[in-house]
Amino acid sequence: MKLIKNAANRLVPSEVNGQKQIPFQGIGKYKPDGRKASPPIKSCIDYPSNGNKVVKNLKDALKKCGIKDGMTISTHHHLRDGDTLTNYLFDVIHSLGIKNIRWFPSASFPIHEHLIQYLEDGTIHHIEGSMNGPLGKFVSEGKMKGIGVLRSHGGRYQAIQDGEVHIDIAVIAAPTADPFGNANGVYGKSACGGLGFALADSQYADKVIVVTDNLVPFPCIPWQILGNNVDYVVEVESLGDPSKIVSGTTEITKSPDRLLIAEYIAEFMDAAGIMKEGFSFQAGAGGTSLAFIPFLKEKMKSRGVKARFVRGGSTKYLVELLEEGLTDYILDGQTFDLEGVRSMRENPNHIMTSPFVSYNYHGKGNIASMVDAAILGATEVDINFNANVVTHSDGYLLHGIGGWQNCLFSKCTILAVPSFRDRIPIIVDEVTTLCGPGELIDVIITERGIAINPKRKDLINAVKKSSLPIRSIKDIQKEVYEICGGKPQKPKLNKNKVVAIVKWVDGTVLDSIYKVEN
Amino acid sequence: MKTEFKSGKAGKRGDKIRSDCYLEIKLTKSGGIKISVQSKVGSLYGKSINELIFDMCKFFEIKNANIYLEDYGALPFTIAARFEAAYKSICPDDPREYLLPMNKNNFYKTEKDNLRRSRLYLPGNEPKYFPNAGLHKPDAIIFDLEDSVPPEEKIAARYLVRNALRAVDFYGAERMVRINQLPMGLDDLYFVVPHNVHVILIPKCESAMNVKDVEEEINIIKAQQNIFDTIYLMPIIESALGVIKAYEIATASDLVCALTIGLEDYTADIGVERTIEGKESFYARSAIINSAKAAGIQAIDSVFSDVNDMEGLRQSVLEAKALGFEGKGCIHPRQIKIVHEAFAPTQNEIEKAKKIILAFEEAKKQGTGVITIGSKMIDAPVVKRAQRIIELAIKNGLLEDGWMKNEKLSL
Repeated sequence: MKLIKNAANRLVPSEVNGQKQIPFQGIGKYKPDGRKASPPIKSCIDYPSNGNKVVKNLKDALKKCGIKDGMTISTHHHLRDGDTLTNYLFDVIHSLGIKNIRWFPSASFPIHEHLIQYLEDGTIHHIEGSMNGPLGKFVSEGKMKGIGVLRSHGGRYQAIQDGEVHIDIAVIAAPTADPFGNANGVYGKSACGGLGFALADSQYADKVIVVTDNLVPFPCIPWQILGNNVDYVVEVESLGDPSKIVSGTTEITKSPDRLLIAEYIAEFMDAAGIMKEGFSFQAGAGGTSLAFIPFLKEKMKSRGVKARFVRGGSTKYLVELLEEGLTDYILDGQTFDLEGVRSMRENPNHIMTSPFVSYNYHGKGNIASMVDAAILGATEVDINFNANVVTHSDGYLLHGIGGWQNCLFSKCTILAVPSFRDRIPIIVDEVTTLCGPGELIDVIITERGIAINPKRKDLINAVKKSSLPIRSIKDIQKEVYEICGGKPQKPKLNKNKVVAIVKWVDGTVLDSIYKVEN
Repeated sequence: MKTEFKSGKAGKRGDKIRSDCYLEIKLTKSGGIKISVQSKVGSLYGKSINELIFDMCKFFEIKNANIYLEDYGALPFTIAARFEAAYKSICPDDPREYLLPMNKNNFYKTEKDNLRRSRLYLPGNEPKYFPNAGLHKPDAIIFDLEDSVPPEEKIAARYLVRNALRAVDFYGAERMVRINQLPMGLDDLYFVVPHNVHVILIPKCESAMNVKDVEEEINIIKAQQNIFDTIYLMPIIESALGVIKAYEIATASDLVCALTIGLEDYTADIGVERTIEGKESFYARSAIINSAKAAGIQAIDSVFSDVNDMEGLRQSVLEAKALGFEGKGCIHPRQIKIVHEAFAPTQNEIEKAKKIILAFEEAKKQGTGVITIGSKMIDAPVVKRAQRIIELAIKNGLLEDGWMKNEKLSL
């Protein structure tokens, strides 16, 4: 495999799974021309005029879609770790004897460990989408036939829209749908919130199947997915395990160290002048990037400051802000708990967004760059503020990119990370895998201090008089190396064997992930 | 029949273990040192782990052994402690100690009347809590060798605490250790006294003799090892008898810097339930405060056990402060901030203190020994209390460090 050095000084393949690739050229440097991909023209002649597109089962629907070897099949992660539908989908595909499928999920979860057998027997050729937990381990050990492609949520939309990924069949899990194919995620026993991740697939795929466990008579309102884009509707008994689709209530971490980081985040946003009337921020779903919200809320209240909008990952903590009048809107990318689902259903100011409006880099702007502060996690950060979010320091691929890369374009990108996990230093000399260039990362907040990117002189000046523990990133790294017993060894990676690539938001290749040698 | 191979083990294993390890040493007759390591961080620190084990084998002159390590991301000080505990369980009479270098930040000293609003308890057998304890800015951290350590882990905890006192940075927090009840606690002293411990807490203290025994043992160790730093004592009163003897205990040694109370044991001793209102311990708490003040030392309150009830904690500290306590034990880092806030002086207290300090400064400048505000004379203890209030106000961000300069300008 031929590897070339890209603008970030990382070696990347020029061809992946037979498709030519463009190496990363720098932020904002690559600007494609040409026209977007377009789905085939359809005619009402071919669809029942009574609007009933229900077929008897998924196998039937796949056959009617003309499923064959080598096709690209897409699914979505609205059902998260409760997604038994995708596992069932591949059981059916396997039973049809189909091979070499390119699976194109918007994300994968540990429950998809079930699919390893199909990666092994050739039903699935490779995955383009996140490869989490067990799937990531499988890929890292070089066992997948093709090369994995990791994209951000925005990058996924971009790839579909730009024609990099042509979806043959999209299978959309719908907690509620009507026979015409209109669908939403806010009602039904498998309610998951918004279905925004499936938007591009419904627009661009050749064939679209909606699968639901709550079929209602037309019209299904709200119609987050339009039936006019749908070919077939399948009714099943269950889409998955509701308790793993959304959590009943999202609990904030009890870890005192994470809470300390969360407290620093809120204090930083206040001291830096980010938290002001009409501001906006993006929160995450777990750990520290969720835990800072209650601290920020207290500060907002005591200063009488209100946000114009907040972005999530919505949870009951964002819902509380909305219901207490501390934000005008929630612009919701995905919904993590029952309170989030309820709010989206009931509150017109709790808006479902799709990666098109939030993140797509090849559009006429997106929300991500308008957000005042995004609070994100990372697996590693290096002394030049470059960050990794997909592999661990031992080289194993364990996480997807999610909206992480897209959020880096916010006005102030804050990475909230512990300075080390057990004995694993998080601040390293050079990230194992580059997912986010340092020039977009402004602040690193750890329990041992806060490092501000030297490029952000404005932020450095703004917090100068605060009592926050501002330190240089190298200073924090030095202390952590002392605690952990020196600089860590490099993991053994086979640099001749690329197992996956990381795309940048513009479709260029930012870095390669290599096979881990034992 | 005599067993051919001696073996020892120490540490923790299991899916939920973090930042700790399990280590087994089996002495063999021949074959050299054989190390088998299963580590979560093997690809990052495998080499360093092996080097540490070889170095310790060399130090203890272990020539032939099979060593098995199951590592869940333990820091070097923990691995070393587990190794030594495992080895000493085979050779308990070996007097040698494998001492890690003293962290360069760990040489700071303390004072008898150091600020002791909060002391964070760290169970001596839980190394995962050590490295970040100081980040939460307690006035003191306290390694517990006593009640929070199960009996079977008591010995191993000594090595952990000793290594932590040397290797872990506590970012300026006063360094305390709660030893076991005497006489076991006297042996604990050998593991902490030489490693810049600041205060020893004596549990279940019931007599001046308990205090003197500890002081004497400390003096023996200090003499043996040429240690000149002062180590203070904080007796914990945990029984009805202890309460009766509180003044005797408080004055048993010049090194007693504070009296504190353990309410779980005290309420058990007098045969009642511990309640949130604490009526049952009102007498004991007052007696301890009174004895401490009579002896010219600090009175420190018990811990507040419900880590989820922050408002209850705040009320409890406000009450403690009103009674005369100057500090509170913390069992969770999140309690520290609340404790500090509740012990913070009120605006009224700060204003009064400022006046007193300014009058004191003025008197110094005039060279008069008499301090007056208006027609009122001010005693030295009042000045001292005012200084403490100002110090607290600055620490809590209620007063700027250079307040006096601004104050004078406005005069």
